[in-house]
Amino acid sequence: MSQPMQDSTTDRRDFLKAGTLVAGMTLGPGVLFYGVAHSRAPEEAASSDVRWGMLIDSAKCGDGCSDCVTACNTENGLEGKTGPQDTQYIRKLNIKDLRTGYVKELPMLCQHCENPPCVDVCPTGASMKRADGIVLVDRHSCIGCRYCMMACPYKARSFVHEPITNQNPEVPRGKGCVESCTFCVQRVDRDEEPACVEACNTNGHKAMLFGDLMNPESEISKALATQASTEVRADLGLNTGVRYQGI
Amino acid sequence: MASIRTMGTWIRTMTLVVVAAFLAAPSFNVMAGVDLPTIKKGKGDKCVDDNDYMRRHHPDLLNHHRDGTMRQGIRTTKYSLKGCVECHASEATGSVAASKEDFCAACHAYTAVKVDCWDCHATKPGKRPVHKPGSVTASPLMSTAQQGMKSGESK
Repeated sequence: MSQPMQDSTTDRRDFLKAGTLVAGMTLGPGVLFYGVAHSRAPEEAASSDVRWGMLIDSAKCGDGCSDCVTACNTENGLEGKTGPQDTQYIRKLNIKDLRTGYVKELPMLCQHCENPPCVDVCPTGASMKRADGIVLVDRHSCIGCRYCMMACPYKARSFVHEPITNQNPEVPRGKGCVESCTFCVQRVDRDEEPACVEACNTNGHKAMLFGDLMNPESEISKALATQASTEVRADLGLNTGVRYQGI
Repeated sequence: MASIRTMGTWIRTMTLVVVAAFLAAPSFNVMAGVDLPTIKKGKGDKCVDDNDYMRRHHPDLLNHHRDGTMRQGIRTTKYSLKGCVECHASEATGSVAASKEDFCAACHAYTAVKVDCWDCHATKPGKRPVHKPGSVTASPLMSTAQQGMKSGESK
């Protein structure tokens, strides 16, 4: 990303954005905050007209900042340990360009692929992709074989080795099952952003953007249409729902 | 002759009744309800359906609801396990399965049906987690990075 392009265009954009916001609030706040594709009645099933996705700007991702990880742990009732046998739905990675020595941090989580390898290999159908593109583990049929963990190119899944107590009522977790980031499906289903995105935004980093990839009017679709972004391991053809900038 | 025969029938009948009563004696206290599970009171006063219907069908209702929620994202609350727990958690332990007299544990111990719901699901009602705004790490690198991204947007 180039540095010196900060000029009057930025101000003009901000002015237009603010204008749209004011106009939207005047015309109908409900329409603005609960967009057409986002609101869904409780008895309505998730629809394939929606595909949830995330855009992570690694340039805005602060060095040593772990706000997204903390929020994820709080939301999902994770202990926050980072050992090889501990559960991490989202984790901060250091990446380094070996030629230049350039080091960067970025958050890594389940990429919610369109063609998820974890779903391909699951022998029981526990690993599944919901209609709206969220990849989940159905613990009721997970037998803990961990094929999906081996299949995942992003090392996004964890296995629960020890009994768990005092779970968050909305996030059941237990010994003997594989688990991973759910895009905070319990929050998404009531029109909220995943906890990591909310934390990143409320703490002022604004490195994460969550939204509907199928809706051309969504903020994320507009950002993806106008700015360069990359998939991690795009060569695998998985069409990830999580995309990155600045890597 | 006839009266003697009647008398014999009467004696046989009475003997039968006495023997039957003797044999049935051990089950008298069961009929009185002594062995039924005692359940500690929870919050709710009326279930989402008739008690008899719920007693027989709650496993099917829960399984059906589970699949709809897990696989399709249907989030109705009528037959949700979370809803059960919120209402039936006992006032004593605040849980549905912490003691032998809590709602789920009491009947499942009585009927000797082991469930593994509580391996994963919370047995106590709980609030949604509160997210405290974290400390913003204001490293010099981050501030420059943010400026860089602003210029990137204006391209």
